[in-house]
Amino acid sequence: MSEFTFLYRGRADTTGSPEQRQQHISKWAAWFKELGANGHLKEIGHPLDPAGMVARGSRKIVTDGPFAEAKDIVGGFSVVEAENLAHALELAKGCPILEVEGSVEVRPIQTINM
Amino acid sequence: MTVGDHLFRHEAGRMVAALTRIFGIHNLALAEDVVQDAFCRALEVWRIRGMPENPSGWLMATAKNRALDVLRRERRARGFAPELGRLLESEWTLAPTVEQLFGASAIKDDMLRMTFSCCQPRLPEASRVMLVLHILCGFSVGEVAGAFVSRHAAIEKRIARAKKVLAGSQRLFDTGAPADFSARLPAVQRALYLLFNEGYHGACAETAVRAELCREAMRLLALLIEHPLGATPASFALAALMCLDAARLPGRIGPSGDLVPLFEQDRAQWDRSLIAEGLEFLERSASGTELTEYHLEAAIASVHARARLPEETDWATIVSLYDRLLAMRRSPVVALNRAIAVAQNEGPERGLDEIRAIADRERLSAYPFYAAAQGELELRRGRREAANEHFRTAIRLARNPMERRFFERKILSARAGARRTARGRRGR
Repeated sequence: MSEFTFLYRGRADTTGSPEQRQQHISKWAAWFKELGANGHLKEIGHPLDPAGMVARGSRKIVTDGPFAEAKDIVGGFSVVEAENLAHALELAKGCPILEVEGSVEVRPIQTINM
Repeated sequence: MTVGDHLFRHEAGRMVAALTRIFGIHNLALAEDVVQDAFCRALEVWRIRGMPENPSGWLMATAKNRALDVLRRERRARGFAPELGRLLESEWTLAPTVEQLFGASAIKDDMLRMTFSCCQPRLPEASRVMLVLHILCGFSVGEVAGAFVSRHAAIEKRIARAKKVLAGSQRLFDTGAPADFSARLPAVQRALYLLFNEGYHGACAETAVRAELCREAMRLLALLIEHPLGATPASFALAALMCLDAARLPGRIGPSGDLVPLFEQDRAQWDRSLIAEGLEFLERSASGTELTEYHLEAAIASVHARARLPEETDWATIVSLYDRLLAMRRSPVVALNRAIAVAQNEGPERGLDEIRAIADRERLSAYPFYAAAQGELELRRGRREAANEHFRTAIRLARNPMERRFFERKILSARAGARRTARGRRGR
């Protein structure tokens, strides 16, 4: 088993009705539950507030928030255990964020075998 | 995680009502934006953390903080609620005022205030109902269109127009002014009645949606009755009507999702506690001198509710109640229902006579149950061909697959009846 970080990109949908949002939340809960039940969820991780600041360059310029489009903003992350990248991607495809035009970036966590 | 059904919808209605009270009715769109924003923030955290213990409190706190931000940032640029005037201008009073306005009892008042505001005389009746559903019940434009079986674009236009009228009114309705309250009360009762009816008799096929419209009407009516000026005999009668009709909802749809007519319903499925509640409301409605349509409709519903078997129904009383209702509201649909009751009481021929005597029955020509009622009565007097003709008309007019299947079954059962009679003759 290897560990992967799932980076959830995309802000919450701003057009859905309250009812659709409630259903959407239930889907996330169900998805995490299934990942957990199958032993794939190492850490559920954290949501990230979109209102962050960025420090950049040797001149340490600080700017308001990451200058990304709403769809690129990382809204949170989890740590998932899977056989390999292909398997992790399969798991990521079940993420409800894909239904609201968000994306999941799957990145293997690097380990050094001594 | 146990979260009530439609919690988000209800919270949306509560938040918009509270925020509009703070921002002023002319800033309705701003209030709606803040609600959207609160939902977005909640969703971004909840999707990973899961729902908190008290999601309502979380949403309200988020909306409250956003409201404070907006008030601080824009209080010079735009005027907020004129009723609150100075309270929002100074930092000393701003936070406590907003805090108080987000309190549970304040929000109940806000919901009622908004309901009355939506029922303003400048709007057509249908638009008032749509506004109530959209603003107070948290239905999106698309969901309102679904509930009313109308095109999305048409409903969108309608709601936008109604919102403009609402936002253009000087201020929110003042529920503290007794004379104004009583003057607008009938319009509010009527809107809730229409909302309930849309769920009960409307064209939408999805039973979950229909039951929900009924529940929403009952929820808002409960708020109205809590207000001392809203607790009138007519409001109680309306509550009785809703409880007694809603009690039959579980029996109205069969296991395969088909419409079950009143006479064939399994009365054991009727909700006994709602019936008891309805009868209690009916009793409370009997004070005062005013007799409203709601009293009569509730009385009719109570006769059905009291009959344990269809055969025990007191049709004579129902006919006389319809007579009085018809005197009050000359509607061909009421006349049709009366004719059906007459048929139950005095036989199908008499019922058909009554149907033919309906003054403006051409107005029923697109109503599928008009054709179906005639088919049913023709069938009972043994005229299968004439009956099927009517049922075919009903199928053509059906507003959704559920109604269509219902009328198709009528034709099938007419055929089965014919075969049974034929076999019976051969056997003899």
